[in-house]
Amino acid sequence: MTLRDILNKLIGRQQSSANTAKERLQLVLAHDRSDLSPELLDQMRREILNVVAKYVEIDMDEGAVSLETEDRMTALVANLPIKRTLKTPITE
Amino acid sequence: MAPNTRIILICSGKGGVGKTTLTANLGIALAQQGVKTAVLDADFGLRNLDLLLGLENRIVYTAQEVLEETCRLDQALVKHKRESNLALLPAGNPRMLDWLKPDDMQRIVSMLAEKFDYVLIDCPAGVEDGFKNAASAAQEAIVITTPEISAVRDADRVIGLLNTKSIKPIQLVLNRVRPKMIASQEMLSVNDVTDILALPLLGLVLEDEQVIVSTNRGEPLTLTGSKSPAARCYGNVARRLQGEDIPLIDPSKEGQSLRDKFRRLMATKIF
Ligand SMILES: Nc1ncnc2c1ncn2[C@@H]1O[C@H](COP(=O)(O)OP(=O)(O)OP(=O)(O)O)[C@@H](O)[C@H]1O
Ligand SMILES: [Mg+2]
Repeated sequence: MTLRDILNKLIGRQQSSANTAKERLQLVLAHDRSDLSPELLDQMRREILNVVAKYVEIDMDEGAVSLETEDRMTALVANLPIKRTLKTPITE
Repeated sequence: MAPNTRIILICSGKGGVGKTTLTANLGIALAQQGVKTAVLDADFGLRNLDLLLGLENRIVYTAQEVLEETCRLDQALVKHKRESNLALLPAGNPRMLDWLKPDDMQRIVSMLAEKFDYVLIDCPAGVEDGFKNAASAAQEAIVITTPEISAVRDADRVIGLLNTKSIKPIQLVLNRVRPKMIASQEMLSVNDVTDILALPLLGLVLEDEQVIVSTNRGEPLTLTGSKSPAARCYGNVARRLQGEDIPLIDPSKEGQSLRDKFRRLMATKIF
């Protein structure tokens, strides 16, 4: 956060375009580098949520699985808010 | 192959970001430092290195005739008229694209490596065969990009491909840097780009109208001893390549007016 960003927030202006560019790049590169298509990522997301839902009750709408990248390392990051833990895990 | 020859690929992914201009200026600057340097135009489809060096009228043979063995290497090499340590090996007919293979590229480069201390390969844009052929003969690479979102993304693709080969080191040159735009946070900063691409920075080159003037004349900025900002930057890149420890110019210190100082204050990170 820079002085300019704070000022922009105060007067309700957009953040600086350099920051927007950086954020957009980081997102697009995480996908480029992993070489995962959006469909595959979405399929994976649904399967992960289903596995986790066997053990804990999660908010299916809030659950997010995304790619993040730093230093040319790409990580799969899951953020799954837990509502409550199931007493007996659902097993087939 | 002469054991100490450095064979450097100059590539970018995206077109028009400054590969050929860098190759020409770096070639001249290295030659001025007394090292024998060859520049190889590997952009067979759209060759331009001859024009930037002002050597377009002196081409007799090209890499093509050397590969076909209808001429010797030194017949095809065009020595620079004012900088005798520099020679250009011109690109042949665009039809070379149809038959050129990585093997051919390696043959040409190892012939050059016998005679020169540096071989700079001016790579075509893109990540297809032209790039792959050029890369197949290289030992190290300079990736050049501009602080623009599409150029950085394409540079990242190229770095990914270079990482799968045994090309080391891979260093970054950031071209067309505009200090004022960076200060007002309307351009990705040098740190933004090096953070994202995670490459060591070999140098940055300021946006400079003199680049166009020098291209018009076919006299690279480093040839004429110009004091213009980009000339200084290209010279620094050459000296760092030679192992000299030259500090990076700080783009935020480029403008000294009160207005520039205010811009810098506004861009200071607070949290
Ligand atoms: N630092 C600079 N300041 C101003 N103009 C520049 C700078 N660097 C390059 N240019 C201009 O950008 C244009 C493209 O440069 P150049 O031909 O070197 O790019 P390239 O990467 O080799 O392109 P291509 O992919 O087509 O081979 C030219 O018009 C050149 O004059
Ligand atoms: Mg070019």
